[in-house]
Amino acid sequence: MAFFSIPYTRIAGISTCVPKNIVANKDYKWISAKERELLMRKTGVVEKRIVTKGMTAADLCLEAGKKLIDALNWNKEEIELIAFVSQSREYLLPATACILQDQFGLPKTCLAIDINLGCSGFVYGLSTIANYVAHCDIKKAIMLIGDVTSHASYRDKTAYPLFGDACSAVALEYDEHATPMYFNLQSDGSGHKAIIIPDGGMRNYPTKKSFEYKSYGKGIIRNKLQVALDGYAVFNFSLREVAPNVNTLLKQFNIPIDSIDYFLFHQANLLINESVRKKLKLSPERVPYSLNKFGNTSSASIPATINTQIQQQASTQKLKLLFCGFGVGLSWGSVYAETENICCPDLIEI
Amino acid sequence: MKIEDFILKIENEFEDLTPGKLKPESRFRELFDWNSVNALTMIALVDSEYDVMLVADDFQKSKTIQDLYNIVVTKLQK
Repeated sequence: MAFFSIPYTRIAGISTCVPKNIVANKDYKWISAKERELLMRKTGVVEKRIVTKGMTAADLCLEAGKKLIDALNWNKEEIELIAFVSQSREYLLPATACILQDQFGLPKTCLAIDINLGCSGFVYGLSTIANYVAHCDIKKAIMLIGDVTSHASYRDKTAYPLFGDACSAVALEYDEHATPMYFNLQSDGSGHKAIIIPDGGMRNYPTKKSFEYKSYGKGIIRNKLQVALDGYAVFNFSLREVAPNVNTLLKQFNIPIDSIDYFLFHQANLLINESVRKKLKLSPERVPYSLNKFGNTSSASIPATINTQIQQQASTQKLKLLFCGFGVGLSWGSVYAETENICCPDLIEI
Repeated sequence: MKIEDFILKIENEFEDLTPGKLKPESRFRELFDWNSVNALTMIALVDSEYDVMLVADDFQKSKTIQDLYNIVVTKLQK
């Protein structure tokens, strides 16, 4: 089992940037009014933010990062690591983190790395970057995280209404007094087709056929460059794996579940998240959601929930938090972290 | 576990169902606008009430409430 702890790393700040453009599911005309109502009630997604043409995840990350660096009053020359945790990269190559290093005006002594993960990206990204901070003499690091997922087919009712666009910036710094973070990370590639964009990579290089729209059932029309979601497989996976992963982490490191102030779960959809919450016997007050206003925002969903739902508590209190990301890969994991007075600027809208 | 209890739980979960109307022989796809959201709701219900995981194939193999009930019972016994 991938259990481990990472010392000496403090979450110094979190900021989130979303597009101004609001798309409400009540206006999703591809399905009937009755089905829309059911979908909103069961998924919990009332509205989400969608990028305008030409806006990318890197653009959202840039704004989130700039605001956070300013709010922390960090000297850019001191930032030694920049990571881009996303599945919405600028190009097939080069790595987006390298481009962002230049756009932020960070020094050439800064390490830049892309991490290609979605829903689990926050916990995996945290584990990677915190390890650099704890063990590689890196004092200040910026993780940029999130996706533009709105390129799902409008005529795919299983995907389009769920996803929203958002990106966050997370500042990590060396602190010899920081409480260790505790991790439990897992993966199961046998489920890689559960959430997939089949064409456009090296396995299925894009061809004319990639752009052809096909029907995959009632209300599901998409091409092979758009995300395909096997709702049953994702749901079964989430019910089977998420709660045990959290419970195992807590047991492994002797952390009482009642001692945790907030459980920040990846915002998959309300049906999944509520099932997980009930399995863990958690009261609703300890499990904040940003789903209703922002939808499923992939790897940004955990930091976005902190920024929008517990901003005041995170920025003024000492908190014991449990982060849990799960989804595409399949990849999942949870982290226990203690935070104190995180710099949490207001939500940025561009 | 009795099929009457199973039916009662389904009727409580799905607002579109008129209490007392659901029977073991009822074809669940014809009762109301059956779609994937309803199927996932059923999976969540069965998981929380019986700790049994229904999968997509279980729905494909089933026509009636009795069929679904039989699958749940079989899985419970495993």
